[in-house]
Amino acid sequence: MSKEPIPASAYDMDHAEEVEERRTLAVLVDNEPGVLGRVVGLFSARGYNIESLTVAEVDRGKHRSRITIVTTGTAHMLEQIEAQLLRLVPVAAVIDITKSKRGIERELALVKVAGKGDPRVEALRIAEIFRAHVIDTTNESFIFELTGASEKIDQFCELMEPLGLVEVSRTGVLSIRRGKDAG
Amino acid sequence: MDTHTLSDQTQSSLDGARMTGAEMVITALREQGVDTMFGYPGGAVLPIYDALYSEPSIQHILVRHEQGAGHAAEGYARSTGKCGVALATSGPGATNMVTPITDAMMDSIPMVVITGQVPTHLIGTDAFQECDTVGITRCCAKHNYLVTDVDDLARTLHEAFLIATSGRPGPVVIDIPKDVQFATGTYVGKAGVHKPTYQPKTEPSDHAIRDALDMMATARRPVFYTGGGVINSGTEASKLLRELQEATGFPVTSTLMGLGAFPASHEDWLGMVGMHGAYEANNAMHDCDLMICVGARFDDRVTGKISAFSPGSRKIHIDIDPSSINKIIRVDVPVIADCKAALRALLEGWKARRLPKPDLSDWKEQIDKWRAVDCFAYPENDGAIRPQYAVERLYELTKGRDTYISTEVGQHQMWAAQHYHFEEPNRWMTSGGLGTMGYGLPAAVGIQAAHRDSLVIDIAGEASVQMVMQEVSTAVQHKLPIKVFILNNEWMGMVRQWQELLHGERYSHSYSESLPDFVKLAEAYGAHGIRCDDPAELDAKIMEMIDHDGPVIFDCMVEKAENCLPMIPSGAPHNEMILGKISGDEIDEAGRKMV
Ligand SMILES: Cc1ncc(C[n+]2csc(CCOP(=O)(O)OP(=O)(O)O)c2C)c(N)n1
Ligand SMILES: [Mg+2]
Repeated sequence: MSKEPIPASAYDMDHAEEVEERRTLAVLVDNEPGVLGRVVGLFSARGYNIESLTVAEVDRGKHRSRITIVTTGTAHMLEQIEAQLLRLVPVAAVIDITKSKRGIERELALVKVAGKGDPRVEALRIAEIFRAHVIDTTNESFIFELTGASEKIDQFCELMEPLGLVEVSRTGVLSIRRGKDAG
Repeated sequence: MDTHTLSDQTQSSLDGARMTGAEMVITALREQGVDTMFGYPGGAVLPIYDALYSEPSIQHILVRHEQGAGHAAEGYARSTGKCGVALATSGPGATNMVTPITDAMMDSIPMVVITGQVPTHLIGTDAFQECDTVGITRCCAKHNYLVTDVDDLARTLHEAFLIATSGRPGPVVIDIPKDVQFATGTYVGKAGVHKPTYQPKTEPSDHAIRDALDMMATARRPVFYTGGGVINSGTEASKLLRELQEATGFPVTSTLMGLGAFPASHEDWLGMVGMHGAYEANNAMHDCDLMICVGARFDDRVTGKISAFSPGSRKIHIDIDPSSINKIIRVDVPVIADCKAALRALLEGWKARRLPKPDLSDWKEQIDKWRAVDCFAYPENDGAIRPQYAVERLYELTKGRDTYISTEVGQHQMWAAQHYHFEEPNRWMTSGGLGTMGYGLPAAVGIQAAHRDSLVIDIAGEASVQMVMQEVSTAVQHKLPIKVFILNNEWMGMVRQWQELLHGERYSHSYSESLPDFVKLAEAYGAHGIRCDDPAELDAKIMEMIDHDGPVIFDCMVEKAENCLPMIPSGAPHNEMILGKISGDEIDEAGRKMV
């Protein structure tokens, strides 16, 4: 296969040599039946990645839902993802949170840790540092509730691993932009 | 108001009227100006069929297979510029419709498909003839709906027409459970219907037009590369294309889907571009310094090897769909707009700048050299009829008439594109993006239903046409005098050609075994059958076909081993066309893996 760099194309091009970037996209949609299916179906049909996905209705009156998708791809692919999303009839807007300087991303995690003695004390101490709340406790376990950037949650889980990490439940990434304006 | 006859109401007075879901379907179709629809009944659409029973203003063409209804609606749409409408029952009726829906999606054909669904309380229970129609068609339709409340039905129907016909057109599916068809609700007229999240951009931005004009003003080797978008944009777009060409003198090529937008008799017409396109068109695309893509999408059948695609040119891309921009080929100036709006802006801008017609004599001299290769030349008939000759005669004998051509898929399709010539848009109906064998015959039914007095010919292959043969019965029933002109080479010729090219002449399962006697078959359907295997008799028999007042199956026995040339082998660039003969080693390893 040829190695000529331009023109860029979907065919016949060695995508392996291109750098992949991670992007967080906020997709504002009409909350009609099947809308999530359309978005997810688009990603699988066109071979795009989904690393994380969250969705909930955010405006009852307007029937608006907000889907936050974390994806990876080459610059060309990311450009296509945005354009293809906008082609879907119920999609009102796509906001590139990563590219926007004002983007904020947060995740919520519920983390179950079981243990006794020193590891249990250590787990509690680390949880305090991470400002995690204890939302359930037994003699042998805690459930921590933690919010923050995804990396912070990764790090928390890593530290809990040797202390008796049992189970993790995460929301996936939520996003919004700073400042007074919407969208 | 509970009782009324739909026909004696004016549409506006129906806004707010109470009626059943089934009546809403018919009322909305009438309000949308639908005069013809194609369908097939079944349990889940009986209420709609019942409402249709007393409806004189809509012609319903009963097909023999739902796929036929879908393709007929496509043919109707493409030949009229209006929205096609198809109706099918739940389950198998809906799944039979999947191919035409996908076909219409790929070729951007406006179509509304209405399917029946099991009653809402049975959805999800694997009820008799239940299938997840919206799930199945989600990825192959432009949009789709399952309507569970009769009060949403009228709005949904109007919204479906809006979406199918605006922006980049496409198929929209409305799945209506049977209880919703029976339920009574409130009708709303189309006037109040809009979709806030759906706002296709149709007017070009000024700066894009300015940049495009800057490039056009200085181009020395320009080419217009036009596509189906020009046809979809309406006859006005074709007219503006001709005017812009007149003002600039730039040569024009077109994709398979765009044939007819520019007249084939024009001296600056290059012929079709692409895998089986004209040598002069492909070389002009390769060597141009400015490519103006109007309503085309750099399909792989057009570009050939991407990394070697038109390496020295700057590119302007006019497209209504922003996702088409930079999808396959990076362009210098994207113009996101409806073709006619962009063409009008370019024409006005060109005139406002008082730009003279540029001197393109060197470029045109070069083009004439490529033309002189005479890439579509073929050997004389030696005994058997050459398929190219058959299309050529068909063209010569029908060109002065009011003619519409549809095709199936295969070699015959490409020969039709190469040897039949179009002066007007909307005269050429073929399955481009999906390449659906079995498109042409039902499409011809749809075209003829819209143009009762015109000559409608399906240029067919003997293999393709057997996929939809039963629609001859539809044509007979509805007195649609279509002509099915079969180039019968007793092979799935295009498959045979690729096996010759790629698989060392191992013709695995590509011979058309046990062919029916097409003449007797025609007679069995109550149509007229004609067979011809002698070049000397061809003209007279074509005239017999044209003059016959009713459907005809014409079995044109042609040279069996003819290959469709010229050809850009997959994986090769535009300037490496195979012209005369296939040797078997044209395609390298990378190319073999492509389609
Ligand atoms: C529904 C469908 N199935 C399979 C194919 C693959 N295919 C493309 S051309 C072709 C052969 C067509 O044979 P025929 O209709 O006789 O046309 P010819 O090439 O001989 O002119 C086949 C099988 C297709 N395009 N569509
Ligand atoms: Mg054949």
